[in-house]
Amino acid sequence: MSLPLPTPTPDTQFFWDEVAENRLNVQYCMDCARHYFYPRSHCRFCGSGDVEWRLASGRAHLVSYIINRRVAPAFADYSPIIALVELEEGVTMMSNIVGVEADPAALTLDMPLTAVFEEREGRVLPVFTPAEAR
Amino acid sequence: MALHDGRVVIAGAAETTTVGVRPDISVLELHAEAARNALDDAGLTVADIDGVSTTRPSPVEVAHHLGIQARWFDGTAIGGCSYIAHVRHAAAAVASGAANAVLVVHGESGRSRVGAEVRMKDTSSPAGQFEHPFGAVYPYATFTLPVMRFLHDRGYDQESLARVVVAQRKWAIDNPRAFRRKPITVEDVLSGPEIAYPFTKDMCCVVTDGGGALIVTTEERARDMRTANNLVHILGAGEAAQASMVSQMGDPGSFGAFKRSSAEAFATAGLTPKDIDHLMVYDAFAHLPLYGLEDLGFVGFGESADFIAAGHTEPGGSLPMNTNGGGMSYTHTGMYGMFAMQESIRQLRGEAAVQAPDVEVSFVQGVGLFFSAAASLVLSNARP
Ligand SMILES: [Zn+2]
Repeated sequence: MSLPLPTPTPDTQFFWDEVAENRLNVQYCMDCARHYFYPRSHCRFCGSGDVEWRLASGRAHLVSYIINRRVAPAFADYSPIIALVELEEGVTMMSNIVGVEADPAALTLDMPLTAVFEEREGRVLPVFTPAEAR
Repeated sequence: MALHDGRVVIAGAAETTTVGVRPDISVLELHAEAARNALDDAGLTVADIDGVSTTRPSPVEVAHHLGIQARWFDGTAIGGCSYIAHVRHAAAAVASGAANAVLVVHGESGRSRVGAEVRMKDTSSPAGQFEHPFGAVYPYATFTLPVMRFLHDRGYDQESLARVVVAQRKWAIDNPRAFRRKPITVEDVLSGPEIAYPFTKDMCCVVTDGGGALIVTTEERARDMRTANNLVHILGAGEAAQASMVSQMGDPGSFGAFKRSSAEAFATAGLTPKDIDHLMVYDAFAHLPLYGLEDLGFVGFGESADFIAAGHTEPGGSLPMNTNGGGMSYTHTGMYGMFAMQESIRQLRGEAAVQAPDVEVSFVQGVGLFFSAAASLVLSNARP
């Protein structure tokens, strides 16, 4: 089994192109002044099409997580910590936490995180690491 | 005819002859076995059925397989709560005259995978791009993800999850059809193999083969059926959906679709949690009954684990819950909603393996596609 890596679509291509350059972008609605995620042509809150891409700071915090003890073989080389993280911009993403022991004692909810970029089989993914560990 | 005045009924219901391990039978034949058993229960034949709803295979394939010439189909696929939503849709169909008698049928070879379709992950879908690449693929590593926030916000811990398992196992011990029947303690649950911290093996549902079917019709038509004196009346129903991905659910410490589908079911029934004698909350994992008790309004914020620990949901308790043992002990084919309804119906008919006393009104709460969709029903053995 190979790793399930993202196949970009026209509406997400910019996000993944930027991630490949180690930049994290999220969309922003000019009408209701909110960031939203995942990428699409219109605001998820108000439906407006007046939206633009904005570079995110990469600062985030840990919302929730599990430590996957039954990792599929394809994921054996990667962090088993699957996490919900909230970016400073207010959007929530699924990701992995890296650079920390896979141990509940090392994972405090709301702990500050920073985006880092990990290459996996030729594609770059945004993952997160404890902010003080940088 | 109104949809929620109790004149739409479930007039026949059954599961496959056995549930659990069925390598002898394909997915399509699981549908057929469940359907035949439900038709027998009502004393009907396929010629009496003119509506079919199921998820996969499609209702067209299942109708053809059974030899039903239907004039109404529903293939709404919103995960494990689909069949609960189907009952609501079927009730609307028979109330309007679009169908006379609808067969709602489920079969799944979840364990043996006989005749089961291969599920391909689409890497260009939103989940394929933004969830699966991080390992959030299997239910135990995805559906489970919000729970640390739920526990943290209430001062709960892993033991709170274990207590859910212990309470429900008590119902399964004397149920011969239940997959896991061994008495279990909190310590046993916590010391079991860890699947995805904080979830250990017994906090995760069993993986089984099986099916179930039921027949939705009007009380008037059901007068001639074998179950005429054992009808289950649909008093209320609701359905709701939230984000299509668990990472986008908003507040991970509460499930908005549980709140909205149950609120509509209570409102249409004209009832409140105080009026409910028996509760089924779809439990693919141990956190769902905790979300359910709070989001449905049976207890307040942060009171769910204490309510279970005090024994209220166990045999002899004030609110018998998941009385077949639930998805964690009874059976879970992959889509458990049908089995939750079947247990409600058995309790209302006084035919459950472990019967709770004085069950007149039962509430069924389903969840689908992780924390994405929800459907609810209020059922009763009497019309108000
Ligand atoms: Zn907007």
